[in-house]
Amino acid sequence: MQEQTIQQRLLNDFQRDFPLMPRPYAEIAGRLGVTEDEVLIALRELTEDQTISRIGAIIPPNTAGASLLAALAVPPAQLGEIAEWVSSLPEVNHNYEREHRFNLWFVVNASHAEHLDDVLRHIEHRAGLPVLRLPLLEEFHIDLGFPLEFSGFS
Amino acid sequence: MDGMITLDETDRRIIRETQAGLPLVPRPYHAVAEKLGLSADEVMARIEDLLDYGVIRRIGAVPNHYRLGYTANGMTVWDVPDEQVDALGELIGALDYVSHCYHRPRHLPDWPYNLFAMVHGRSRDEVESKAETIAGLLGEHNRAHAILYSIRILKKTGLRIGD
Repeated sequence: MQEQTIQQRLLNDFQRDFPLMPRPYAEIAGRLGVTEDEVLIALRELTEDQTISRIGAIIPPNTAGASLLAALAVPPAQLGEIAEWVSSLPEVNHNYEREHRFNLWFVVNASHAEHLDDVLRHIEHRAGLPVLRLPLLEEFHIDLGFPLEFSGFS
Repeated sequence: MDGMITLDETDRRIIRETQAGLPLVPRPYHAVAEKLGLSADEVMARIEDLLDYGVIRRIGAVPNHYRLGYTANGMTVWDVPDEQVDALGELIGALDYVSHCYHRPRHLPDWPYNLFAMVHGRSRDEVESKAETIAGLLGEHNRAHAILYSIRILKKTGLRIGD
């Protein structure tokens, strides 16, 4: 196995425990045996080519307000139109088309349960379809990042 | 530590700012602090508390899985006995290729599945072989399952908080 590049180590080793100190990039540089500038340049490149979307805080589900995974079984002819306005709702932060009779899957977030219910009723009324409501009952996997394999990654 | 914490407006502003992405400058917490009119010490102390209480789960690089070649995203869903779902969820959630694993309610007759495991792979074949492994682990408890591949990402933004 080849030695990992700085960029690969930045991707895999710093998905959590990003240093909480005045100069975190200098701390990372020390661990990787490179300079602070090299770390900053590598991270800018990874951000610019969208290999990483950001270095930031990850908020677990159901921490702030009320949220719910929801699905609709939309007739194919209406899918484009319904998908577009569902995406346009500010309370919807993820919206995926999936291969299934239930073909539109989205996450609704609201500041409190009543507001969440209002949004779901609005969607049902406007789509003329029942919304499958799939609240999180238990989370088994604590999301601490995702191990990446770099074979074939250049 | 999981417990109760009451977020004030300053906490919410710090969360919004750090969730959007830390700036790539030598002193990123100072930059956030300056933007919010706070001291860097206060920003770092509050982030530490938010991490301790689990309001922020982690801070780190967020890889774009699609850009890295993980283009097959299969939501695998399983119908397992309710009395077994906790033990089976722990088992499946521990697999390193499962990024999320949740117990959700079934809605009969339309939706019989109560265990969700998100599987990422570089191809559908890879996702299917991983799903086979999950099926093997669940054994006789797996009464039915399906893999729902994503065809299009229509919207994906970070969780909005406190609006």
